[in-house]
Amino acid sequence: MKTLTALATLAALGLAGTAGAEIRIGATVSETGPAAFLGDPEAKTLKMMVEKLNAAGGINGEQIALTLYDDGGDPNKARTFATRLVEDDEVVAIIGGTTTGASMSIIPVAEDAEIPFISLAGAIEIIDPVKEWVFKTPHTDRMACQKIFEDMQAQGISKIGMISGTDGFGASMRAQCLEVVGDYGIEVLADESYGPTDADMTPQLTNIKNTAGVQAVLNPGFGQGPSVVTRNFRQLAIDLPLYQSHGVASKGFIDLAGPEAAEGVRLPGTALLVGDLLADDDPQKPVVTAYVEEYQAAYGEAPSTFGGYAHDAFAILVDALTRAGSAEPEAIRDAIEQTAGLAGTTGVVTMTPEDHLGFDLSAFRMLEIKDGAWTLVQ
Amino acid sequence: MAELMQFLLSGVTVGAVYALVALGFTIIYNASDVVNFAQGEFVMLGGMITVFAHMAGLPLPLAALIAIAGTAAAGVLLNKLAIEPARGAPVVSLIIITIGASIFIQGVAQLVFDKQLHRFPAFSGDTPIRILGATILPQSLWVLAGAIAVFVGLWAFFTKTLTGRAVLATSNNRLAAQLVGINTNWVMTLSFALSAAIGALAGVLVTPITNISYGVGIAYALKGFAGAMLGGMGSPIGALVGGILLGLIEALTAGYLSSVYKDAAAFVVILVVLFVMPQGLFGRKSTDRV
Repeated sequence: MKTLTALATLAALGLAGTAGAEIRIGATVSETGPAAFLGDPEAKTLKMMVEKLNAAGGINGEQIALTLYDDGGDPNKARTFATRLVEDDEVVAIIGGTTTGASMSIIPVAEDAEIPFISLAGAIEIIDPVKEWVFKTPHTDRMACQKIFEDMQAQGISKIGMISGTDGFGASMRAQCLEVVGDYGIEVLADESYGPTDADMTPQLTNIKNTAGVQAVLNPGFGQGPSVVTRNFRQLAIDLPLYQSHGVASKGFIDLAGPEAAEGVRLPGTALLVGDLLADDDPQKPVVTAYVEEYQAAYGEAPSTFGGYAHDAFAILVDALTRAGSAEPEAIRDAIEQTAGLAGTTGVVTMTPEDHLGFDLSAFRMLEIKDGAWTLVQ
Repeated sequence: MAELMQFLLSGVTVGAVYALVALGFTIIYNASDVVNFAQGEFVMLGGMITVFAHMAGLPLPLAALIAIAGTAAAGVLLNKLAIEPARGAPVVSLIIITIGASIFIQGVAQLVFDKQLHRFPAFSGDTPIRILGATILPQSLWVLAGAIAVFVGLWAFFTKTLTGRAVLATSNNRLAAQLVGINTNWVMTLSFALSAAIGALAGVLVTPITNISYGVGIAYALKGFAGAMLGGMGSPIGALVGGILLGLIEALTAGYLSSVYKDAAAFVVILVVLFVMPQGLFGRKSTDRV
């Protein structure tokens, strides 16, 4: 093992020596820690894409050197690693910040050093107000709420119950949902919560069930909570539509909740989950299909939505590097801001100086689980 | 009425999980006064090994057996490699060692297994059983039955068998136990193996309800520890009652007050009980000879 590492290091040194010009990019994601199931596919995706790009000859003839750190989802570590990326590794761009907390602590480092930073976290605060050097790829929590409420409105639902996780994701999305729910003429009659590791949510769901007038239930949350909620929902035979959030948009969710319990659950997800169901002329179809195939071949499992966020971040960066024709942070930043019509897994991205996310609600697809598989709601 | 019944059944479901974890603390505590904070990792190992053995194609009962045996072996290793070399250290140091071991086991688990959530099917299906207008999943009954079986086993072990008494004697006074011919090293190894096996059994039984991943151990350990403290550390009946009581308090608070105060209410009750009865509900009174 030791000799292997030594050999690998030697080889790497040798390569770095001969390659001459290379573009250094940095990443810090939560490969371990409580957000590991988000950060793990992100790290795998970045490694895979860098390898593929370099094998294909790099960008404008220059190889990409990726420095990847694992911040364990800890904002303090994320900040330290961001500083190290800027000062020691001298990278020209940073991808990362799996959790909102980690992203928020990387932002001041990137802003000070004037290095473009593409965040992989959900909260709207990351790009609102717009920060010169900060971009992000995932949908915001607020957009997920809006997409769900739009669908409810179309179903004629005006009174709902909510049950949210008390973890960061659940709490943040609950707050965003409560903020925009009024715009859709929907009233929240019951507002329950649960801890992220709770084993049973039937008391909370019983209260929602017994609240007169509730027409649908929304569960903002991720991790194991939503699958327990879904199972308890069927256990209590609650005969109402159940909406989950984009936090559980992965094949794993159906397995965890069980196909029977998950039947009929609706949630806003990305094109990634339903690649083969997309229309042939959909600009995202080739991107999504290729990514799923490559990831499957490399790691023997289907990629998650979160891996898709890293895919898009890297695609945006590569696109910007190619157009900029230079590896100066300033030029890269300007090029990222001019990204237009770039099809990613999450949406078709068109950045402007006022919009560092680059897509709207239409990028979300409303999905429904039928017979243990995702289907598109038309 | 149906509402109250549902809250009670939910409390029993959650409480049985806590009780099963709390029972695991009992043996090691009785043998050495050490609160083993790696107990939650045993639960995690039990669940994770079962999941991966099952995914590798083994039938579920066999996978569960392998998980319990494997975790017991991990318990023995923990004792041999971490606790025994520090034998002369004060109890507090040993407890800190178990916290370190917990972090280490977690780290190894995420490398050996993976970082995703897993579940395997419930033993007797997912069709809820209806009782007085409320429902409970069959798996909850499995957990409850498991907790009661472990409790009966432990009670019989500590009161009816010579080995069990040897464990208690070791805890009481290690030197005196050695003098009357008890192999205290062997007692410690045995208690770690048994505790680990109980933890693994808990992992096997609760995974269909709660899902499992490499990082769930600490949450289990904390709730199980709270249940064991409430009932009285070291007492099997205390662990059983304390765990279920904790679950009931949480469920009733979530149902009648607000789910936001669920954990707070449980801990307020624990504080009040410990204030009035520092040994917990069923704990033995410690008498120090002066």
